[in-house]
Amino acid sequence: MRRLRAIAAGIWDFVVGDDWLTALGVVLALAATGLIADGNAAAWVVMPVAVIGLLASSLRRASR
Amino acid sequence: MSGQEIGLALSVLLACAVEAVEAVTVVLAVGITRSWSSAFQGVGAALVALAAVVAALGPALTALPLNVLRLAVGGLLLVFGLQWLRKAVLRAAGLKELHDEAAAFVREREQALAAGEVVAGGRDPYAFAVAFKGVLLEGLEVAFIVVTFGSNQRNVPLAAAAAVVAVALVVGLAVAVRAPLARVPENAMKFSVGVMLTSFGMFWGAEGAGASWPGSDASLLVLIPGTLLVALAMVRWLARGVRRRSPALGEAA
Repeated sequence: MRRLRAIAAGIWDFVVGDDWLTALGVVLALAATGLIADGNAAAWVVMPVAVIGLLASSLRRASR
Repeated sequence: MSGQEIGLALSVLLACAVEAVEAVTVVLAVGITRSWSSAFQGVGAALVALAAVVAALGPALTALPLNVLRLAVGGLLLVFGLQWLRKAVLRAAGLKELHDEAAAFVREREQALAAGEVVAGGRDPYAFAVAFKGVLLEGLEVAFIVVTFGSNQRNVPLAAAAAVVAVALVVGLAVAVRAPLARVPENAMKFSVGVMLTSFGMFWGAEGAGASWPGSDASLLVLIPGTLLVALAMVRWLARGVRRRSPALGEAA
């Protein structure tokens, strides 16, 4: 059980890293892109805007 | 070679070279201070483990439908890319210590010397374990990039070839200078990899979610320099904050 927990923690650390809010933001941005694309709108705009916002907020948290 | 293939080869080459420089520093430190044969055995075992990861994940990923693959891989690359870019921007702005291979080498060597005596001619578990762990941990990220970039473009061999070239270059350089590669512009390379991973992550993630980019693949020619400009602007923004808070520190950075 302890080994399983260590493996799960290792995978989490490898994929998500030390800023889970950014990872969550990426998931939400992709979901928003999918929803907007279903409505035939210019969904590509979402990702660049999201990346700028996520990077800026992550840097702001890290530099505090 | 298409623009996406050039981007794939370049991203893998840079990412792999950066990680190889860090792994070589660890192996050099334990090899010089303890046992070369045990260090090489550790490297070999780690390379076998990495090859197994690529062999297992590569075919599994290429079996997925392209849109599902692009959504998953795009999302993961974006999470990875933003992590690399955040650290690179913080370093460039002077808010995080620059990675120094010479200092890392000294640290590893001191730890290796403090780990007890080496039995002459015998196997050294410390050198084996440190070399194995160093190569495996640095290599996992590269293996992930090779598999995701390669499978997304249905060209794992090109990604693997770029990784092999990068490792050969770094190892060749290390053998030539017989010292840690302190002069490699590691932080600039990390910055470039962060920009590439973030740009490709955005591109593939949005496509996988159903969006169409204006100009299709050609939009990468705007996305990559655009991401670079945004990251550089953030470096200036943070550096200005550093200078305001501590003028002396800002000048040093």
